[in-house]
Amino acid sequence: MLEIKDLHVKAGDKEILHGINLKVKAGEVHSIMGPNGSGKSTLAQVLAGRESYEVTAGQITYEGKDLLQIAPEDRARLGIFMAFQYPVEIPGVSNTYFLKAALNAIRKERGEEEVDALDFLNLVKEKMELLKIDEKLISRPVNEGFSGGEKKRNEIFQLAVLEPKLAILDETDSGLDIDALKVVAHGVNSLRSKDRAFIVVTHYQRILNYIIPDYVHVLYDGRVVKSGGKQLAIELEKKGYSWLGEETVSAQLVN
Amino acid sequence: MPTETKQIQDLASQEYKYGFYTDIEADSIPAGLNEDVVALISAKKNEPEFMLEWRLKAYRHWLTMKEPKWPNVHYPPIDYQGIVYYSAPKKKDSPKSLDEVDPELLETYRKLGIPLGEQELLAGVAVDAVFDSVSVATTFKEKLAELGIIFCSFSEAVGDHPELVKQYLGSVVPYTDNFFASLNSAVFSDGSFCYIPEGVRCPMELSTYFRINAKNTGQFERTLIIAEKGSYVSYLEGCTAPMRDENQLHAAVVELIAHDDAQIKYSTIQNWYPGDDEGKGGIYNFVTKRGKCLGRNSKISWTQVETGSAITWKYPSCILLGDNSIGEFYSVALTKKRQQADTGTKMIHIGKNTRSTVISKGISAGHGQNTYRGLIKISKSATGARNYTQCDSMLIGDQCGAHTFPYIEIKNSTAQMEHEASTSKIGEDQMFYCQSRGLSAEDAVSMIVNGFCKKVFKELPMEFAVEADRLLSVNLEGSVG
Ligand SMILES: Nc1ncnc2c1ncn2[C@@H]1O[C@H](COP(=O)(O)OP(=O)(O)OP(=O)(O)O)[C@@H](O)[C@H]1O
Ligand SMILES: [Mg+2]
Repeated sequence: MLEIKDLHVKAGDKEILHGINLKVKAGEVHSIMGPNGSGKSTLAQVLAGRESYEVTAGQITYEGKDLLQIAPEDRARLGIFMAFQYPVEIPGVSNTYFLKAALNAIRKERGEEEVDALDFLNLVKEKMELLKIDEKLISRPVNEGFSGGEKKRNEIFQLAVLEPKLAILDETDSGLDIDALKVVAHGVNSLRSKDRAFIVVTHYQRILNYIIPDYVHVLYDGRVVKSGGKQLAIELEKKGYSWLGEETVSAQLVN
Repeated sequence: MPTETKQIQDLASQEYKYGFYTDIEADSIPAGLNEDVVALISAKKNEPEFMLEWRLKAYRHWLTMKEPKWPNVHYPPIDYQGIVYYSAPKKKDSPKSLDEVDPELLETYRKLGIPLGEQELLAGVAVDAVFDSVSVATTFKEKLAELGIIFCSFSEAVGDHPELVKQYLGSVVPYTDNFFASLNSAVFSDGSFCYIPEGVRCPMELSTYFRINAKNTGQFERTLIIAEKGSYVSYLEGCTAPMRDENQLHAAVVELIAHDDAQIKYSTIQNWYPGDDEGKGGIYNFVTKRGKCLGRNSKISWTQVETGSAITWKYPSCILLGDNSIGEFYSVALTKKRQQADTGTKMIHIGKNTRSTVISKGISAGHGQNTYRGLIKISKSATGARNYTQCDSMLIGDQCGAHTFPYIEIKNSTAQMEHEASTSKIGEDQMFYCQSRGLSAEDAVSMIVNGFCKKVFKELPMEFAVEADRLLSVNLEGSVG
């Protein structure tokens, strides 16, 4: 579904990602971990198409298409969704209105008709129950005045309604209380399917107890320095990241 | 410049779609202004003596005045002798019914999306159409007359209800008020008149559509609305003009009078031609609008959506005379290209426990300059007065400007004032957030802007809220790079 090859990314004058390789197949869940500033969000945002990052080398293919040639709104319409680490407020625009416009844009791309009001309402209801979201939150303006946790939950609610093929969760677990974390994990798990892939960016292996990843990758200073199974996350929790730093440094020395 | 900013700027430049010109034979007088011209206008309209006298007093007073220089707008000097002060579509007699209205004119309004045939009209709206200087058609007149409501052109009111005109004309905006109001008083040619009798709730929206067509013509219309005790009316005006390279002057006066327990809701969707990208052409919209809450518990609300004009200079205001009276001002002003707007309101609290609310949303795009200027005055007599003001500016791109000048004068210590202000930019993060959900850049901008204007649109009558929303989107639309 997704293949990233030797991806180099710059923000301003600074290179942040120094050659990332990653392959994600439909149905898989990949977790990306790594210390602050290692480039996790940068990678997520580049996948979603943020133009303030400059891709200086490498390739990304998504369902056989050259993703880097596709505008962010078209990526969304083709089934890519990123849950933001810092969701953005859009004052005065109701959540439902926003979501309906988004859903219709995606449906249009798929050659489907605009969703009718009643169907949309039912869909929203169903997903609200799934994610135990308060109705009041849904009718309020997008993220305006939401608490940190509410914003995160709203991202997952959007994900659930838009049903993307590739979902990227950028630290959705940070800021969620333990109950919310379980609800969100449950929501994500219920969306897991053989046609859908997830990339879960996180600092804590806690969420991975609920969303069991197929692969865990460690991003360190703009490089994937280690990949493994779920076990790796547990190891990281115990040892931190510094030992990986040493490993890379020694690896570089050997090279 | 980051691509996003560039995109947003492209969005701000959009073509004006009401710019066509109707080729119609007009009865115009030569350009220029003197006492003879004032007398000629009055004579053409068969006005009673008191009107001519009033006009001449206004003209003589105007001669002693100077154009105001304090607004934060810039334009070359206006040649008042170069303007045609009267132009009317030629016709034999004033039309008795729509069948007698020139088909060209009906077509013009149809193109503007305002069909004048009553069967085609939105059921709940009566329309008075003003073309250049005169009213060409008023719909639903008879139906309204059954309720005692008078809704007609100003000229007709002068002929049929001179006592009302005499009593109220200039009672809110005297002919000495300001340079443009004085000029209007001397030369105004038509406009709308509306009288709601005691206890009547007007069952439909009343609206006037102003159209400037002829070249070098100034449009000077006057609107007078009187709401008797316990009555209610919602009134809407819309405006468009052809695209021309010359600037055209529009200097209107609107006077509202609300008696005890009466309520007037006045909404404007102003879409005069704004001029081209270089700032050539466009309407100078220099307008005086004022309402007087004369009676106890009366209420006047101004809602305006200003998207057109090269220059807008207007401050719809409320004089809160009656105890417990309420004044409201809700405004969205969009400036793009080279447009300049200096707009706001004055709330003059005189009666006890008077309340006012001011919500202003300024949006600047392209090279637009947007100024909010507002005065809240609490007189000594206004015990228990309250005001809430919220002034927000949004900048789209980095070549536009927003300015805020709030003035406050308080002579009574019991006043409660609240003021909030903010300036924001459509952020790259907001744009990206919307786009990452599948919305196009255009839809994203229009959604963000509409969200920003929500509090004001909420105040518009339903049909017009949709219209305003659409107008704003259209104005922000453009080629996305
Ligand atoms: N627009 C930018 N301009 C300059 N530097 C940037 C920009 N965006 C990101 N960076 C830098 O790139 C590095 C990686 O940032 P990124 O947000 O991808 O880290 P992260 O792994 O998501 O960290 P965290 O765990 O704290 O969320 C950081 O040092 C950050 O300061
Ligand atoms: Mg991050």
